[in-house]
Amino acid sequence: MLADKDRIFTNVYGFQDWGLKAAQARGDWDNTKDLLELGQDKIIDVVKASGLRGRGGAGFPTGTKWSFMPKEPKPDRPNFLVINADESEPGSCKDREIIRHDPHKLIEGALVAGFAMRARAAYIYIRGEYIREAETLFAAVAQAYDAGLLGKNACGSGYDFDVFVHRGAGAYICGEETAMLESLEGKKGQPRLKPPFPAGAGLYGCPTTVNNVESIAVAPTILRRGAEWFSSFGAENNRGTKLFQISGHVNTPCVVEEAMSISFRELIEKHCGGIRGGWDNLLCVIPGGSSVPLVPAAQIMDCAMDFDGLKAVGSGLGTAAVIVMDKSTDVVRAIARLSYFYKHESCGQCTPCREGTGWMWRVMERLRTGEADLGEIDMLQQVTKQVEGHSICALGDAAAWPIQGLIKHFRPELERRIVEQGGGGLETMQEAAE
Amino acid sequence: MADAVHIPDEAETRARWGAFAWTEANERKAHEVLARYPKGREQSGSIPLLDLAQRQVGAETETQGWLPVPVIEYVARYIGVPYMRVYEVATFYTMFNLAPVGRYHVQVCGTTPCMLQGSDDVFAACKNRGLVKGGTTPDGMFTLTEVECMGNCSNAPMVQINDDNFEDLDYDSTGRVLEMLARGEQPKPGSQTGRRSSEPAGGPTSLTAMVEGNHDYRGEWNTAHAG
Repeated sequence: MLADKDRIFTNVYGFQDWGLKAAQARGDWDNTKDLLELGQDKIIDVVKASGLRGRGGAGFPTGTKWSFMPKEPKPDRPNFLVINADESEPGSCKDREIIRHDPHKLIEGALVAGFAMRARAAYIYIRGEYIREAETLFAAVAQAYDAGLLGKNACGSGYDFDVFVHRGAGAYICGEETAMLESLEGKKGQPRLKPPFPAGAGLYGCPTTVNNVESIAVAPTILRRGAEWFSSFGAENNRGTKLFQISGHVNTPCVVEEAMSISFRELIEKHCGGIRGGWDNLLCVIPGGSSVPLVPAAQIMDCAMDFDGLKAVGSGLGTAAVIVMDKSTDVVRAIARLSYFYKHESCGQCTPCREGTGWMWRVMERLRTGEADLGEIDMLQQVTKQVEGHSICALGDAAAWPIQGLIKHFRPELERRIVEQGGGGLETMQEAAE
Repeated sequence: MADAVHIPDEAETRARWGAFAWTEANERKAHEVLARYPKGREQSGSIPLLDLAQRQVGAETETQGWLPVPVIEYVARYIGVPYMRVYEVATFYTMFNLAPVGRYHVQVCGTTPCMLQGSDDVFAACKNRGLVKGGTTPDGMFTLTEVECMGNCSNAPMVQINDDNFEDLDYDSTGRVLEMLARGEQPKPGSQTGRRSSEPAGGPTSLTAMVEGNHDYRGEWNTAHAG
């Protein structure tokens, strides 16, 4: 188990004050000027060497992403850092804990990362539903300004840097980086075509990097303790510590920081009091938030919880939002509810996603009750393939993958329900297409 | 579109809200909002200003608030963009109410993590109190909406009522929260089972020193500063 001294988010549960004084007593904002004096290139090199991969789901190397930003920004086209706090992936609840209990880690990280990528300002885009969390964040930013840590000559470094908080208003799609930029510009959150990539033309047409809250908030600690310290956790290519968020059928669901590559069994035994009803009662797990395919019990039990380990079992680490289902679960309903989620959250821009998510949900509902035809399982599988990869952003893929996972691992269950209902005719198929 | 919201009659709405303008306090807040964005990028303020406007309508009607068309027009004029650009924002984001809601907007999360941990019971408790999905109770107290993942998954199931979250719910505690609100009392937000936040029930399995005091772990670090 990760030692407490090696945890980055020491106030993750909020037993202590989130305010500046308490945060400084825990080690935040400790000579940030020294960190900035390392220089832009050195900061990026340390983050690269630490092996930190983006914590928002895609796992792109963070230091490399920062290095894409123009080295000599023009005065009329400044660089921007946008921090993605639009945490909306079902199962994910880590950024909320960082923001409401350890906001100064995020704000200090914004300065350090923003400096490294030569940004003029950072916008923290927080989801609208995090109302109290946003109040804390606004207050924490104000504290940092009052103490001279942000603004003109931030931390006495000679570098001018602003941090602004922007609240969303309820749209999952704004977690997609280009949709987030549209939303920040005051528009509907509909993703942009790439290229141009945000590092070339992002917010207000200026070079922009979008990073997850956790990726930014860990940066100051990595610089303080060194790349070797961070990369001493986790397997090769999966370095560091990570906030895991466990929900569903475990005895004590929780958010906890652990070393990457911890086994699923150890994670659940150490922090979650085991599976409800014991390990024999485990049905399946969605290991990385709703967008990744589920993994049956036998394959997940001793799997390493990291990018490569979960990829090997046909799923992904995503945001490390671990949704556990025991044998009492109606697994078809669980996935059908996710299909409804994607139908609700599709932004409506691309036809395969807008129409496909609704179509897939309606078929899933019929598979749930069994009032369907056996042939529809294959038809649904085929439709998921027509949605996947045919939309501007990954929401179409995210809607398709959970269904593909269900069909792959629980086909007998789908068939059983249909057979018990005596099968269905062709009419029902046409109904779904409407 | 049977579930589409019923937007009230336009003439009536214009008569009531045609003269909408910021209160003095909200005028100051609106300035603060626009100061966050570069000059010429006032459109960026559309979401925060619609939220501010909805809250002002809420304060005036003693509800969570909603966005009548004249109010959306006011916001559009305020930031100098065409009405349609702001209207489409108001319709795109779920937190903007396009029709009046009750005193308390009860938003129960029904997405899979909450569903697995008992959101059916939360809905049952709401139903038992006479709340109907998509509707407002006759006394104007409660509007019930099923919402998508609210990001409290390790404290599921949960409900957001106006600005506060109530977490770790079951049938009884949901009923208790609604009962208190109906009586005009303020139930304690957060976990309803006594958890501090998202630590494991029964006490944290890590960082136990933080429970008692603001522990500084730096003395236990054994590596020097980088660089």
